[in-house]
Amino acid sequence: MIQFRDLHKSFGPKPVLSGLELEIRTGETLVVIGQSGSGKSVLLKLLIGILDPDRGSIVIDGTDVTSMDRETRQKTARKFGMLFQAAALFDSLSVGENVAFGLKRRTDLDPAAIGKIVADCLEKVGLRGIEDLMPHELSGGMRKRVGLARAIAYRPEIILYDEPSTGLDPIRADAINDLILLLQKEMGVTSIVITHDLVSAYKVADRMAMLYDGRIVAVGTPDEIRQSPDPVVQQFLRGRADGPIKNW
Amino acid sequence: MASPSRSALFRRFFEQLGEVSELAARTFRAIFGKPREGEIFFQQLEEIGLRTLPVVALTAAFGGLVFGLQSYYGFHKYVGQGTEAYGGPIIAVGLVRELIPILVGLMVAGRVGSSMAAEIGTMRITEQIDALFTLGADSVRYLVAPRTAASILMLPCLTLFGDFIGIVCAHFYNVALMGVNGTVYLRNTLMYLDLWDVLSGLVKAAVFGALIAIIGCWQGLETEGGAEGVGRATTRAVVFASIAILITNFFMSKFLPANL
Repeated sequence: MIQFRDLHKSFGPKPVLSGLELEIRTGETLVVIGQSGSGKSVLLKLLIGILDPDRGSIVIDGTDVTSMDRETRQKTARKFGMLFQAAALFDSLSVGENVAFGLKRRTDLDPAAIGKIVADCLEKVGLRGIEDLMPHELSGGMRKRVGLARAIAYRPEIILYDEPSTGLDPIRADAINDLILLLQKEMGVTSIVITHDLVSAYKVADRMAMLYDGRIVAVGTPDEIRQSPDPVVQQFLRGRADGPIKNW
Repeated sequence: MASPSRSALFRRFFEQLGEVSELAARTFRAIFGKPREGEIFFQQLEEIGLRTLPVVALTAAFGGLVFGLQSYYGFHKYVGQGTEAYGGPIIAVGLVRELIPILVGLMVAGRVGSSMAAEIGTMRITEQIDALFTLGADSVRYLVAPRTAASILMLPCLTLFGDFIGIVCAHFYNVALMGVNGTVYLRNTLMYLDLWDVLSGLVKAAVFGALIAIIGCWQGLETEGGAEGVGRATTRAVVFASIAILITNFFMSKFLPANL
């Protein structure tokens, strides 16, 4: 279980998270929705340890990771795989080297075993045999899928998806959604998906949480969120400019 | 927009000095620690060394020619006709102790320091640095340490190469073009040029190598914003490294012993 307790984070004078509280259950897919710039990606970066909170704690399976030093924190990051918004593939490395990157650093496997896992992961995301291509030769959808193959290669317990469908056409976005569901089913991982794409959110979520004004204002199943009486949630779900959300 | 106060600028300067010093400390710990990123180190040796050779050859050649020219006219005009051959050791010492290390440092800062800032800056804004963290790689160990180690190693090599080219070109100008006595020129050069003269230039070059790489990588890691941020980081990397080279050179010239 992952617990965010009274989490605060500011960048300069601008508060992004202000006392955020959230629990994520082991094995579930939780989708965090919210406006662009509301701090959703910051939440993931705090969880994985890329950023440090100003105040509050993050407890993973009973251990407060925010009090750890950077080196221990990076070892804890072994539990996580992350799909970045624009995939964040290493430009200077081939697809195969990208997918093998975490395996080389996090396991003692020999090159042959790593090669086999890389091939398996690429096959899982529907991109068999592209190990030798370079990232600039891939389309946006392919880059995301390679990013996903890289994130799952060392079999993390928790997968973080930062805007997995952003920048993709609806068909490719749906293919990514199917992959999220497939990985959830096959690997039994805990998934946290950050998105403002409601079609994706409804498709993959076990539960949804809405982030607004630095706090979680609603949590529940997709149906509970749909029927939420909160005007902020309703304005966001209906995509209306008029309502309590003004800072757009 | 109001300009920042003097105290704010002063504070920012020391904050930046602190940031770059901390990065330097982490980099040297990573260079001497394990694991090492051998593959990237060798790539950087090629990038910094081999690919910078032509530009170093060109600048050293013209540096040597202009030093040779000024020395010839200086001796010819102020000491007297026939004394030009005594300029050989002055040219050689000036080149190996000062001009070539500085020229090489500035050329590498322009060519390599800027590319380090641009490459790492692009990685920063495209979240590749964050991806390194999630995949178990420390950005200082993976990116900064191999670049710094390669730069410290290759700058003295480039400087030695530049020394040779510069001295040969100065000799060419004086002996082949201006008809100075080659035997006297060479004998004087070999008599007065110490090994320490060459070595002190190489020590400077190694320090410049560390400055260029650490400043280039620091600017890359600090990049914010999009393409504009990368451009700003690249410019700053070259400007800061060039200033650091010139200031450090003065103090090293002052405090390195004249002879061993």
